Amino acid sequence: MSSPVAQGPLPPSGSPLAGAPAAGSIRWLPATLVDAHMETAFSRTLKLSAPEFLPTIAGQHLDVRLTAPDGYTAQRSYSIGSPAAASLLELTVDLMDMGEVSPYLVEALELGDMIEVRGPIGQWFVWRPEQAAPVQLIAGGSGIVPIMAMIRTHAATPPAAPFRLLYSVRSPDLEFYRAELDGLEADALRVERVYTRSAPDGHPHRVGRIDPEIIAQLATPPSESPTVYVCGPTPFVEVVANALVEIGHSPENIRTERFGPSG
Amino acid sequence: MAIFSPGFAGRRNDHGEKLPPGQYLERGFPVLTAGPTQRIRTDQWEFSIVTETGAKHAWDWQGMLDLGPEKIDTDIHCVTSWSKFGTTWKGVSIDKFLAGIETTADYVMATSYGGYTTNLPLEEITGGKAWVAYEFDGKELHAEHGGPARLLVPALYFWKSAKWVTSLRLMHGDSPGFWEQNGYNMHGDPWREERYWGQ
Repeated sequence: MSSPVAQGPLPPSGSPLAGAPAAGSIRWLPATLVDAHMETAFSRTLKLSAPEFLPTIAGQHLDVRLTAPDGYTAQRSYSIGSPAAASLLELTVDLMDMGEVSPYLVEALELGDMIEVRGPIGQWFVWRPEQAAPVQLIAGGSGIVPIMAMIRTHAATPPAAPFRLLYSVRSPDLEFYRAELDGLEADALRVERVYTRSAPDGHPHRVGRIDPEIIAQLATPPSESPTVYVCGPTPFVEVVANALVEIGHSPENIRTERFGPSG
Repeated sequence: MAIFSPGFAGRRNDHGEKLPPGQYLERGFPVLTAGPTQRIRTDQWEFSIVTETGAKHAWDWQGMLDLGPEKIDTDIHCVTSWSKFGTTWKGVSIDKFLAGIETTADYVMATSYGGYTTNLPLEEITGGKAWVAYEFDGKELHAEHGGPARLLVPALYFWKSAKWVTSLRLMHGDSPGFWEQNGYNMHGDPWREERYWGQ
C-alpha cells in the first residue's frame, strides 16, 4: 500500500535508521541561560548555551528537565526557535496557567542559571535548505516558534525556495518576533497576519478566526504544490489542515505539529 | 545549592508508581499527528491482517464487532510527556483477529488510512495487551483521536497506538515505521523511557 505521509525527508531505505544519532548521543546536557527577554507579557525568549548539543535542523524540538533540591524532576518539550545549527539555542516559552515548568522558565530562571536539555528531536516537522519546493508556513499563536527557526534558516541561506508565512494571533500585543519579521520580509519571504480578536488600525484583512476562505485568499495556492507546515494549538491545526485539504492541497504535502496543553 | 534549575520546587503528586519516568499527569486529551486528520466512514472501513506469506484476512465494521468487543480501562502515556490515567475504551482484542491465523512472525507493521505506519513486536500486542478500539469514554471515537477505530497498545508510548488503523502486516524481523524513521525509538516502552533515537 502506498504511504503518502511517509514521503519526504526520510532516511534512505536499506539502512533503516540512517542519519540517526549514535546510541547515547541524545542525553541530558547542561545548558546555561545567557540572554533572555520578555517576548510578550506572557512569554519569554530564552537563549541557552549548550556546547555539547548536536547541531539542530530547523523545526526540531528539545526536552527541558528541571530538578528540585530533593531530586524531584519535571520535563517538557519545547520547539527550538534558533536557526539550524546555531551556536545558542533559543526557545520562546508561553506561561501556562497552572503550569509546572513554564512558570519557572518564564519567571524564575536567571541569567547564568543552568537547566538540562536533551535533543534535538524530530525529523518530520523540519525544513532543510536543500528542499526546493515553495513553502507555506501557517502558525497559530506560539506555534510560530519552530516556524521561526525555518524562516531564520531560510534567511541565512539564499537563494532558496520562496517562503510565505500566515501568522494567526489574537492581537498585536501577543505577536512574537514582530520587528524581526518586518526586517526579513522581502520577495523571498511574504508575511500575512490574521488577527482573531483585535487588529492594528488599517490592517487589510478581516478580524476573526482562520478559515478556508482566508487560507485560499492569503496562502500559496495548491497549483504551486507548496510544502505546508502548520503549527499551533490542536483546534487551530485541525481547522487549518482540513481547510488546506478542502481547497486542494495534497495531504502528503501538509506537515503538522500540534501543541497540547504543556505546562 | 542545586547545580541545575536553582529555586525550582516543582509540583509533587501522589501518583508516583503509576507515572512512568519523565511523565506528568494530564487531564485533557492532547492530539499529536503528523498531518491532516483522516475521515473514514464505518461503511467503507476495513481492517486486515496480512501474514508473512501474503495471505490477507479482512474484516468490515460489522465483522469486527461480531468478533466480540470488550471494555478496556487503562492508563496511557504520550512521548511528549503527558500521561492520562483511567481512560475507558471499547474495542476488539488483537487476539481475536489473530485466532486461527498461522504465523511465525515476531513483529508487525501497523498501517493507517493516510499512510501512517508504526512497528510493534507481536508479543506486545497479543495476550490481551492490544485492541482495535472504537469507543472512548462511552462515545464513538472522534476522528482527531483516530476514529472510527485506532490501535490501542497502552503498554507502549501512544504513538504506537496508530490512529485510523487499517492493517497489520506480520513480519519476520523489525522495521521502522513513520515516527521510528523520524527520530523516535523502535520500541517505545514508557517505563524504560524509550523515547528517541540515540538514547
